[in-house]
Amino acid sequence: MNKFWIVLAHTYLTRIKSKSFLVTTAIFLVFIVGLGNIDRIIDLFSGDRIDQVAVIDDTNQLFQELVQQNELADTSFELVAYQDTLAEAEEEILSGELTGLLHIQTEEEGYFSTIYYTDQLIDQSIQQQLTNDLQQIKVALATADQGIDQAVLEEIYQPIEFETLAVELSDGRTARTEEEIGAARGLVYVMLFVLYFSVIQYGNMIAMDIANEKSSRVMEILISSSSPISQMFAKITGVALLGLTQICLFIGAGYYVIESRSDVMEGDMFQYFGFSDVAMSTYLYAIIFFLLGYLLYATLAAMLGSLVTRMEDVGQIMLPMTLLIVVAFMISMFGINMPESSLITIASYVPFFSPLVMFLRVGLLEVPLWEVALSIGLLLLTTFALAIIGARVYRGGVLMYGRSTSLKDFKQALQLSKKD
Amino acid sequence: MTLKIEQVTKRFGDFTAVDHLSLEIPRNQIFGFLGSNGAGKTTTFRMILGLIDQTEGKITWDGEAINYQRTDQIGYLPEERGLYPKLTVKDQIIYLGRLKGMKKGAILGELDKWLERFKISHYMDKKVEELSKGNQQKIQFISAVIHQPKLLILDEPFSGLDPVNVEQMKDAVVELKQNGTTIVFSSHQMATVEELCEYLCIIQDGKPVIHGSLTEVKRSFGKKNLFIHADFELTFLKDLPGVVNQKITSEGCILQIESEEVSQSILEAVHQKGMVRLFALEEPSLNDIFIEKVGKSYE
Repeated sequence: MNKFWIVLAHTYLTRIKSKSFLVTTAIFLVFIVGLGNIDRIIDLFSGDRIDQVAVIDDTNQLFQELVQQNELADTSFELVAYQDTLAEAEEEILSGELTGLLHIQTEEEGYFSTIYYTDQLIDQSIQQQLTNDLQQIKVALATADQGIDQAVLEEIYQPIEFETLAVELSDGRTARTEEEIGAARGLVYVMLFVLYFSVIQYGNMIAMDIANEKSSRVMEILISSSSPISQMFAKITGVALLGLTQICLFIGAGYYVIESRSDVMEGDMFQYFGFSDVAMSTYLYAIIFFLLGYLLYATLAAMLGSLVTRMEDVGQIMLPMTLLIVVAFMISMFGINMPESSLITIASYVPFFSPLVMFLRVGLLEVPLWEVALSIGLLLLTTFALAIIGARVYRGGVLMYGRSTSLKDFKQALQLSKKD
Repeated sequence: MTLKIEQVTKRFGDFTAVDHLSLEIPRNQIFGFLGSNGAGKTTTFRMILGLIDQTEGKITWDGEAINYQRTDQIGYLPEERGLYPKLTVKDQIIYLGRLKGMKKGAILGELDKWLERFKISHYMDKKVEELSKGNQQKIQFISAVIHQPKLLILDEPFSGLDPVNVEQMKDAVVELKQNGTTIVFSSHQMATVEELCEYLCIIQDGKPVIHGSLTEVKRSFGKKNLFIHADFELTFLKDLPGVVNQKITSEGCILQIESEEVSQSILEAVHQKGMVRLFALEEPSLNDIFIEKVGKSYE
């Protein structure tokens, strides 16, 4: 047992001190903080000059109202009254002094019409803002003409009330409310991505580590000192701790960014993902399924990694594992919008898919406890079986040196570790 | 503290790598384990270490099987050298030493002594991949002996070393033996084996061909070498009774003869012919024995 900890500490410490780990982690942290402050970064590059839009107002009364509307909307451009001719304005637009020119013309029928001159046709935000402003002014003018009171108008535009209520189930529980599902969906998304990337990244790390020890032939010394099985699990645990360290750093950075920018971040996306409404049990399941899923795939990775001799072959031997996790990921991506389909129900019991798919189901639906227990049980059983086979393959595999990466190796490794 | 290998057989499918091998290696011995490439030496070592299980038979050390509870008493230098290329010498030895149940402080103390002995103290903080092959091998050797093992298994310890380093390492091996370590080693360098081992075993296709103490092996081989340096033609000696083989050298010839007695008739045959500068009867070298015993099965 003592040696288990030595291998674990060695795996963890040498990895965490390695340049590649430090660099990747730093890049990700910068990326997270950058993403959280993306608006500031954009401002940094575009905020140096306020766009000026010149206005020629033939009606002589709309300009002031337009300026007021514009100030209320807190836009990024400024409106200025323009005295010179249209031709001169066009030149100023081309030279960049003006962003655009708005020409308001009087109309006999209706109220007014406008023409907007600009050389910037890609950025539509100014046009849209002006259209909105003018539309409101027109509505105000028209209703005033018809003698409709402002209060009546507000009542007309009041949005209708539309509320969705969950119907109570026979056992007294209710179906998930919209907020709960939205929140859970966010967590499911995050968990799916985190598990997907963890399995691929840390699974590869384990396999590389083992292949590296094999190709540098240090393995034979290692297994003459401590049992290959305890080494295999020490390695899996060591890399798991490394992964958790990294994920904690990312979550910490993400949390910090969200907290510090909470004023800006109440947009649609965050309501959709709004984590605050997630039930405690969902978090618990997230952790359980993450750990179990990791353990299953990590055991598989260790087993596969022990079969190859050269680092170059790691990618090839890892292909089956990568395919499994990709399929699991695709199924759950499909299931996130139709969690009740029978494909999802079936997949939630299949061990290699269940960490993702069963979590998706418990997150989005009310799943009876026994179903979850069955799924976890099957998952544990498979992991256990795989650990036994994996340990045997590992024991034989680490002594095996050759070029090919095939099923034959698998059999040979089992034979090498045979007792009789 | 005897290492006993009793009727051990290892089969990989249809292939028999080791065939009913029985050896007894007493404590405090240097035991030479010889055999051509693929004879089953490494497989035997791996079975002694418990890395693979034997198909039949029993291997015991001090009366009990070797398992992971006892590996701290055993040192192993594998034929294929293996160290972490990216780790420094210090980190490497600390890790491997701790896996043998040592404390970090003790490891550093021992490491200093060994590096000093091999005159490579300045490599302490260098990465292994930056070292020359010979120096890597010294580090490998240190990793096998740092925990003062009671049983030391050296698979080809001297290959790839220059003569000075071979001497250094031989001295180290002898010193370990004097301190009570039982050493089993395999080598292709017969001279080294002759110099170090009291007991030896030659295996061929997994079967022992010769087994016993060095003097015994040489005596029972019977044949002797006769060195003759003379001014005249010596080829006629080949046809004398009792001469097995003749090898012409620049100054004369080396005869392999069936027994000591044959030398006397040869002496008579040459002493009248002219000037004989050297006439020496010697024990067969291990090299001769090896080639004869192992070479035979190839014919």
